[in-house]
Amino acid sequence: MSSQQRSFLNSVWDLFCSLKLTIFSLIALAVTSIIGTVLQQNLERKQYLTIFSEDTYNLLNRLQFFDMYHSYWFIGLLTLFCMNLICCSIKRFPRVWSMVHHPNLTPSDQMLKTFSNVDEKLVTGDIKSVSEKMAKFVADNFAVATMHELDGNTYLYAEKTRYARFGVYITHLSILVIFLGAIIGNIFGFKGYVNIPEGGSIDRIWLRNVPEPLPIGFDVRCEDFSVSFYGDSQRPKEFRSVLTIVDQGEVKIDHRPIVVNDPLNYKGLTFYQSSYGPAGDGAVAIKVKVRGEEKNDAFTLERGDEVALPNGDKVRLVDFSPTFRNFGPAARLEVVPEAGVKRVVTVFKNFAKFDEERNGKYIFTLVDFKQMYYTGLQVTKDPGVWVVWLGCTMLVLGCVVAFFMSHRRLWVVINDQKGKVGVRLVGSAHRNQPAYELYFDELKNKFRDALSKD
Amino acid sequence: MSSGQLFNFVTIGYFAAMILFIGFLATHSNVVAKLASYCAYVGFAVQTYAIGLRWYETYQIPGSDGYAPMSNLYESVVFFSWTILLIYILIDWKYKQRAVGAFVIPFAFLAMTWAQLRLDDAIAPLVPALQSNWLTYHVITCFLGYAAFAVACGVSIMYLIKVRKEENAHNSPAGGIVGIFPSSKILDDLNYKAIMIGFPLLSLGIITGAAWANYAWGTYWSWDPKETWSLIVWFIYAAFLHARITRGWAGRKAAILSIVGFAATIFCYLGVNLLLAGLHSYGS
Repeated sequence: MSSQQRSFLNSVWDLFCSLKLTIFSLIALAVTSIIGTVLQQNLERKQYLTIFSEDTYNLLNRLQFFDMYHSYWFIGLLTLFCMNLICCSIKRFPRVWSMVHHPNLTPSDQMLKTFSNVDEKLVTGDIKSVSEKMAKFVADNFAVATMHELDGNTYLYAEKTRYARFGVYITHLSILVIFLGAIIGNIFGFKGYVNIPEGGSIDRIWLRNVPEPLPIGFDVRCEDFSVSFYGDSQRPKEFRSVLTIVDQGEVKIDHRPIVVNDPLNYKGLTFYQSSYGPAGDGAVAIKVKVRGEEKNDAFTLERGDEVALPNGDKVRLVDFSPTFRNFGPAARLEVVPEAGVKRVVTVFKNFAKFDEERNGKYIFTLVDFKQMYYTGLQVTKDPGVWVVWLGCTMLVLGCVVAFFMSHRRLWVVINDQKGKVGVRLVGSAHRNQPAYELYFDELKNKFRDALSKD
Repeated sequence: MSSGQLFNFVTIGYFAAMILFIGFLATHSNVVAKLASYCAYVGFAVQTYAIGLRWYETYQIPGSDGYAPMSNLYESVVFFSWTILLIYILIDWKYKQRAVGAFVIPFAFLAMTWAQLRLDDAIAPLVPALQSNWLTYHVITCFLGYAAFAVACGVSIMYLIKVRKEENAHNSPAGGIVGIFPSSKILDDLNYKAIMIGFPLLSLGIITGAAWANYAWGTYWSWDPKETWSLIVWFIYAAFLHARITRGWAGRKAAILSIVGFAATIFCYLGVNLLLAGLHSYGS
């Protein structure tokens, strides 16, 4: 490799490690992200053409602005951001690791001069007793110190919260972990939906943009669906589906109600209450009584249903309406005798005596009209979600460590100064200098007190 | 007395505090500054009680199960002004920079005025989508974060004024209103400290929002405009945190980033609901 190539590679490496690139990519991500919040994403071509001309549409489409968060250039920006994160961590982490695990116990004069929190004092006595006194001082006021000797100097070293230096790297790693979780979810997970009518059952769901349904290997039955409102208002209080899961003919989960904010989990799939709507026309409950008898028979019929009465005659629900003119729910029934002519009768829910007054053979009562619903469930599988939560936890913990904790170090250097003993106190904090200066000033006072006492 | 009436007194208290803080900048009188702080603290205490009272009131609505009063625009704006005061008081206790009040209390006052004059303060029980404890965690963390950014924005504005004055008149010592501003170094540090508090809170706010979305809808992230804007805000403050340790980006550029960050925060909070469509539209 020529030196020119090497210097080119070096400058590329430096670029990928640089904070300038970090700021650039963060601001670029912030600015470009706006596009997708202003321009509605993933609409149909038709819908865009009502807003844009053909040419503008083609241009924006080619720039992938209509699905920008999955576009090559946006993913490219995210990749650049991650590369930057990885490179600068690779560059700095080993140095920090060795600083934490192999602290400089016997720093040179030159190194000590780079610290601004320093105090010095000359005292009488011998090095050994002064060293022991200082070791006790450091242990009492800061942390237990280790003692080392080199070239006639005695060094004490103590430190606190050394792991605070890793806060930044935990934060950086957390972002990569979150991305990893998102990728796992994208590869191994899916999002689907399914509508189940009340009383109905499904064993397959639909994925978006996939024509074929996906078998899920067990049955989900919707036992019931209901909407409730606050008082007489139109403000919904609860959407509730009652689900039963049948796996290999065995009921695994029986009549479990699910509501918004309380989904159901089974075999890695989660079912969310998402929507609802009317299923079919609804059904009517009727009661039939033979004139002169006491017994009532009750039936629930959908349009076109026919039931046999005990004596062999049949009743068919011809038609019904939740509001017939101004009379409320009404049903038209056809009585089909075993022999004889068909007759049609109309019954009203709000006028229970109406049919009785007709003086027919049967007395019909329309007990209730019930609209049947289907429940719309969102069905998802996301094995990456726990990785995402792990990353999120790391992000918050990493931030707290990085912002609010600091690695503090303290050296005491003791040596012979022309018959006297020179004692030098040097302190350093890896962040939040103003607060550390205040702390060190106080420590200095104690240091002087400790040395002057005898 | 109802919470609504108490919130009116709170608004008046913050107005008085704001005027007195501005008076303090003009007069340099410590008595005025003490009075201003007193108004702000009393306003905060009354507001704390009033929010508790409104919480109690939500249980009194027939058919309602009660809820933490943070569910609609009115309640969130009131809560926002409360969090601004909370963060301001924390910073005031720790750093005792009285002049900062003149640049932070106005945000709380404006929020309260808007809420009391223009927003619907009816207590409405929660629709199904909002019936979750995540609502409380999500709103508290987000708004504490927003409030810290409001304080940072106020301090950044002071920083820019201070720096400009220092540049214009580097021979004569800065007098007038700027005279009692903390030094630009302290302002820069306060800005950083406020964002240091705000950033983890914003992250937590986004995360609790994602956790809630995952629990209610089955997706923790769907690039909904609200989510995206919260991420934009996160990007800007992340850029700020890195800018401060980059040569050529510290100082003025960092202060501008902090102001832009707060503008994005306000857009994320209000602009998205009022101008763009998305999941949070029912929240207003």
